Amino acid sequence: MQLDSKAPGGPLPEKWDKHLFELKLVNPANKRKFEIIVVGTGLAGGSASATLAELGYNVKTFCIQDSPRRAHSIAAQGGINAAKNYSNDGDSIRRLFYDTIKGGDYRSREANVYRLAQVSNNIIDQCVAQGVPFAREYGGLLANRSFGGAQVSRTFYARGQTGQQLLIGAYSALSRQIAVGKVTMFTRRDMLDLVLVNGKARGIVTRNLVNGSIETHVADAVVLATGGYGNTFYLSTNAMASNVSAAFNAYKKGAFFANPCYTQIHPTCIPVHGTYQSKLTLMSESLRNDGRVWVPKNPGDKRHPGQIPESERDYYLENKYPSFGNLVPRDVASRNAKLQCDLGKGVGETGLAVYLDFQDAIRRDGKAVIAKKYGNLFQMYEKITADNPYETPMMIYPAVHYTMGGLWVDYNLMSTIPGLFVLGEANFSDHGANRLGASALMQGLADGYFVIPYTIGGYLAGTKLEKVSADDTAFKAAVEAVEMRIKKMLSIGGKRTVDDFHRQLGNIMWEYCGMARTDNGLAKAKDLIADLQVEFWENVLVSGSGSQFNQSLEKAGRVADFIEFGKLMVTDAMARKESCGGHFNEDYQTEENEAKRDDENFCHVAAWEYAGDENEPNFHKEALHFENVELTQRSYK
Amino acid sequence: MTQQNSSKNINLTLKVWRQVGPNVKGRLETYQANHISTDMSFLEMLDVVNEELILNHRDPIAFDHDCREGICGMCGAMVNGRAHGPEKGTTLCQLHMRHFSDQDTVIIEPWRSRAFRIIKDLVVDRSAFDKIIQAGGYISVSAGGTPDANVIPVPQEAAEKAMDAAACIGCGACVASCPNASAMLFVGAKVSHLALLPQGIPEAAIRALAMVKKMDDCGFGNCTNETECEAECPKEISITNIARLNREYIKAGLL
Repeated sequence: MQLDSKAPGGPLPEKWDKHLFELKLVNPANKRKFEIIVVGTGLAGGSASATLAELGYNVKTFCIQDSPRRAHSIAAQGGINAAKNYSNDGDSIRRLFYDTIKGGDYRSREANVYRLAQVSNNIIDQCVAQGVPFAREYGGLLANRSFGGAQVSRTFYARGQTGQQLLIGAYSALSRQIAVGKVTMFTRRDMLDLVLVNGKARGIVTRNLVNGSIETHVADAVVLATGGYGNTFYLSTNAMASNVSAAFNAYKKGAFFANPCYTQIHPTCIPVHGTYQSKLTLMSESLRNDGRVWVPKNPGDKRHPGQIPESERDYYLENKYPSFGNLVPRDVASRNAKLQCDLGKGVGETGLAVYLDFQDAIRRDGKAVIAKKYGNLFQMYEKITADNPYETPMMIYPAVHYTMGGLWVDYNLMSTIPGLFVLGEANFSDHGANRLGASALMQGLADGYFVIPYTIGGYLAGTKLEKVSADDTAFKAAVEAVEMRIKKMLSIGGKRTVDDFHRQLGNIMWEYCGMARTDNGLAKAKDLIADLQVEFWENVLVSGSGSQFNQSLEKAGRVADFIEFGKLMVTDAMARKESCGGHFNEDYQTEENEAKRDDENFCHVAAWEYAGDENEPNFHKEALHFENVELTQRSYK
Repeated sequence: MTQQNSSKNINLTLKVWRQVGPNVKGRLETYQANHISTDMSFLEMLDVVNEELILNHRDPIAFDHDCREGICGMCGAMVNGRAHGPEKGTTLCQLHMRHFSDQDTVIIEPWRSRAFRIIKDLVVDRSAFDKIIQAGGYISVSAGGTPDANVIPVPQEAAEKAMDAAACIGCGACVASCPNASAMLFVGAKVSHLALLPQGIPEAAIRALAMVKKMDDCGFGNCTNETECEAECPKEISITNIARLNREYIKAGLL
């Protein structure tokens, strides 16, 4: 199958406009004849549901939590980028586009990224109109701050709770549409399968998490906004329920999965402190505006940070990358932290941490100013570690945070299955091999408010959709398969808990498919995961029954999918014989330990097609063409 | 050295509310939680207890949780009679075991309110909060067609106060800790967030009336200034927001 990105021709700035004009429209009276399913209520799913309903479509929206307000977009701290140039520091749509392409290590699609930069400004307008309480200057105008990978201040923020405030904005727009009856909201539902009729996405199978009933839902199109797969690693900054199952089900039904090996390890997280630990907590990248990263110059220096004089500290990011300093992109910052710890200069009990120090900033600006910017983050840090970052430097270490890979989509955000659209972190399209800070919120809202509302109309207007009901054999077969799988998991009655398997998978992934990979390590991981999969289906212990509220069962299904998906990640990582962004293979690096791309052979999107449980997936390639930027070795020196 | 080095293990006796479903009688059951590291969060302690229950073929304790970083609002339980436990300004997931002592007895119960039906054990149905927001907790703008974000300046102080109110995570601790099971702090926070901003003013009156009516319809009680909500709110939302709600409500009635 030839992958067609459907990116329009013509000059970059005119592509989206041209495409909008060429897309077929659904007239307002006809929109109410269409049913659309949206799965997920984060920034992408929430904004898409609300906007599609505003346009007149009938929307059915699903989430796993008890309320659409809880999706994990809520935990994003630092901010959202836009090319407003309010700071008058030389920003522009083109610069945001360029920074995003470069930050992604030249592995994203130009046309998509340019469109993202174009609509970024509309997002800020939209959110302000909704009442999002962004930070403001004394004159009442919007304030900005800087993030990694950029030399301009283009990030809008609401203290350290930007994701929360943007999500509440989307949730309030969604609530308004629920009230007028245009959105039917289904909470506490797990999507367990995608249903295709005549090759088109026409519905889903869900499990009602309260009473266990298996339900079917029919629609004219299905939109997945189900987030990323970071929890494959067990420990990540993702929420506990974040999972890959919806996307993985779609993959098994024929949607190609693109670049699964691209995972982002965030440099500033609170270090791991015990085996019982259930998740990792991020400390916003915005802290690197004022915090200085350092380790002791001498390996094994166990003195209290306050007793280590300036002359014996190595501010390694500032020294190595003088023009970006502490604000290098995430992949570069993470790798350098690992490098320092590998040299024995790591701090704290485990030696797997570096300092993020605010003493200079507090001396310069005063404690009050720092508290206003980062107060809630400092408080959160103190709650978890019992250390006060106003007095002692924070200890941080990289952790799995975001996944750039996802279901392959074209310029319309449609997957390889007609009628299946994928938004936000669940798709692969905009961040290449590494996402810049404050760009996830931008992409989620761009997809939901300003892209899908138009492109889905083009599909619905131009496609013949047969009448389908839940009595169709495809729905019955999907329900049967879902019920069989649940029954099987409950009947194994083995000796190991679901969490136990998940922890082991996480260890394998972190060790061999984490911050630094090698060809040998990946090969080993593949065998280990295969063994784990076999053992899971023979020895897992899931309590309770399928017809009740059963969190152990919910988790079992998700972990079973993570295990299988882990294999796909490793397969993709093995096939990409280069280093780029979040995919760092030690066998491919420059003399200065930077990622060494191979543009001649790997300037492409790797899209994987499911070929049955027993077979390796089929590889497909979307070549990336750069007409507007020159591919160079990324340099932040 | 850092205080992290002072971590140790403690043993606790838990008395946990177990209830199979909404219409079944519940009761407190006793469990031992042994070798609990004081660096664990409260929910991680429950994870450890649940792992043991599962391995012993017993039903694990059901509890809601998701982000585990204090922002999604999904978790929450009464711990020794206090919503989210003894620490001020802390959600249950951010409560760490270093605040408990060896041999403590810890009583864990769900939120109790007529408007929050128990689903199972510590899990309750808080959809009444969503219904209140659906009644008017928004500004009626559709996507597209909005003016440039800097057209309307918002005084920094107003933006800060709006943000203070908007920090609400919708967890329900205010209702659970109120002797009247009132939702006035939740409603007051949303009404304040939007009434403090110029964008929210056109609908301020209708919003206050509609949200209060829905709150009453959902079965929440009245506010009698007990101030328990403010004391237990994990985001430390101030009861001045209730005063502002009352002002907005009276103003709306006079129009």
